[in-house]
Amino acid sequence: MTATATTPGPRRARIPGRKAVLPWLFLAPGLLLALVFKFLPMGKGVWLSFFDVRPFLGDQWVGLDNYTRVLTDHRFQDAIGHTLLLGIGMSLGGIVAGFVLALLLEGQARSLKIIRTAVFLPVVTATAVVGEMWRLMYYPTSDGLINSGLGLLGLGPVPYLDNPDTALWATMAMGIWMLAPYNMVIILAGLAGVDRSLYEAAAMDGVSLWQRLRHITLPAIRPALGIVLTLAAIRGLRVFTEVYVLTGGGPAGSTDVWMTRAYTLGFTRNDIGGASAASVVLLCVTLLLTVTVNYLRKRGDVR
Amino acid sequence: MSAPAIDPVRTPVTASPARKSAGKQRATPARFDTALGWSDRPGPAWVLRVLLCVLALGVFAAPFLTVFSGSFSEKASGSTLSFLPHHPTLLNFEVAGERGIWDYFGNSLLIAGGGLLLQLVVCTLAAYALARHRFRGQALILTLFMLTMMLPEEVIAIPLSLVLGHVPVVGIDLKGTVWGVILPLGAWGFSVMVLTEFMKDIPTEIEEAARIDGVGELRMLWQVVLPLCKPALGVAGVLGFIMIWDQYLLPLIAAKDPTDYTVTVALSILRTDPEVGSGVVLAGAVIALVPSLIVYLLLQRSLVTGIAAGATKG
Repeated sequence: MTATATTPGPRRARIPGRKAVLPWLFLAPGLLLALVFKFLPMGKGVWLSFFDVRPFLGDQWVGLDNYTRVLTDHRFQDAIGHTLLLGIGMSLGGIVAGFVLALLLEGQARSLKIIRTAVFLPVVTATAVVGEMWRLMYYPTSDGLINSGLGLLGLGPVPYLDNPDTALWATMAMGIWMLAPYNMVIILAGLAGVDRSLYEAAAMDGVSLWQRLRHITLPAIRPALGIVLTLAAIRGLRVFTEVYVLTGGGPAGSTDVWMTRAYTLGFTRNDIGGASAASVVLLCVTLLLTVTVNYLRKRGDVR
Repeated sequence: MSAPAIDPVRTPVTASPARKSAGKQRATPARFDTALGWSDRPGPAWVLRVLLCVLALGVFAAPFLTVFSGSFSEKASGSTLSFLPHHPTLLNFEVAGERGIWDYFGNSLLIAGGGLLLQLVVCTLAAYALARHRFRGQALILTLFMLTMMLPEEVIAIPLSLVLGHVPVVGIDLKGTVWGVILPLGAWGFSVMVLTEFMKDIPTEIEEAARIDGVGELRMLWQVVLPLCKPALGVAGVLGFIMIWDQYLLPLIAAKDPTDYTVTVALSILRTDPEVGSGVVLAGAVIALVPSLIVYLLLQRSLVTGIAAGATKG
């Protein structure tokens, strides 16, 4: 739609036959790869979700059995709870921490730029590497990094990852640590767009810092916040690598999320049909969320 | 596609570089430059800010220092992490090398290099068609490319693993080859989106002139459009590299046996090996960390613009 404005009309009319084929030649590699490695697996996943997949014996149509099996399985039900808790906790925690970081590190000074560069490191580090780092930081004995810090405060060592009560929170902390600097960059971009004269005017009116934040800064960066929240929520739903690397879903399934369950079902227990059904459920929820958010965003713009 | 939807956000995003240049002209930051009104003159607020900055560095950057120092520390087993290595040594890297870490690293480099090259070529071609040509079904194609971002490897892992084992029509088994990881990463909606938006902004007059000189489509793309796209290629390149290097599940399911793993996946092998200690795992982590660190430090400006652009595309 926007392309109409940028592409001049006359070019369209020249040599119509060749012109019609040309774009498709350029699109072909991308479309082919997307088709074979994205859309075909998606279709296959939906298809397999209706079957009892038995290698060498032939697949058997079971209708919605896989879905009812997955949705009534108590480990999957637990996983829904963990996924939601982890997703919401990581998203909100990441945004609050990102906002605080952005407020702290906003500015043009060279030293601030260097600090921002350093603080951003968790984002460029591969999730698997972050997982290994945090496993060592959470080391359960008193000489682990975090536990030795606690020791300085006179608190005993906590076995973060080995205790079912703390493992999910420990995973969430790592997730927030990875997300916050990423959100910081987006929020910083939003903060840069705030009209400076508003701050000045507010200061002249004797408005408190809190009111200034609440009535000028927050409304100005609301669009940026909306995007950050949506991205985080969608990412939170399909969280896999973080959990898989850090805890593998344990101890006692206390950090099992939807995707680690599906992975175990499909690759360890070879229940391809059930795992496919679980993936399709997740895909539908993700698509639904994305479409709803886009719809709300568009409606908000029209208003 | 959804141009009106992203407009309100784009304004603050594009305002960021503009403000950067404004900041360069004005050497001393004014009090109202920041939301909290930080002052750069020493005082209680300044001290508080310095303390908070140190805290932020401690939380987000210091763990990396401990990882580096731990990897060079002599004590190969044990958990103590500190900021300076105890008895600096390369022993951990030697042990990690004996466990094949450099082979895994080689796999990673091959996959990251090849994958990035393929991704840039494929996405540039697609973006050129989408930005510089008008054809039927354009909006649909754009939507399809955006959908590729919503179909992450996690969600399609199981059927993708079947497809990799037996690619339809040609019937090749890609498992155990680098192609099993590279090909699924070829079409990345984000790169297509960034490059398309950028190419749309290139004035058509440049092309018109070249077209009169009889330049063909491929040469036009290679010699006229691409040199103008360097900033967008930088963005797509950095984020593409970091995205490919970050892959975990894909190399895991595309491998036939552990020797096919990338270095990020192989870290878990090091960790579960009872004969090596934390120091060796940290050495592996450092080896897996350094390439993305180099790319980030070299091209961090592109990365930040890219994240802002990616955010507006959703």
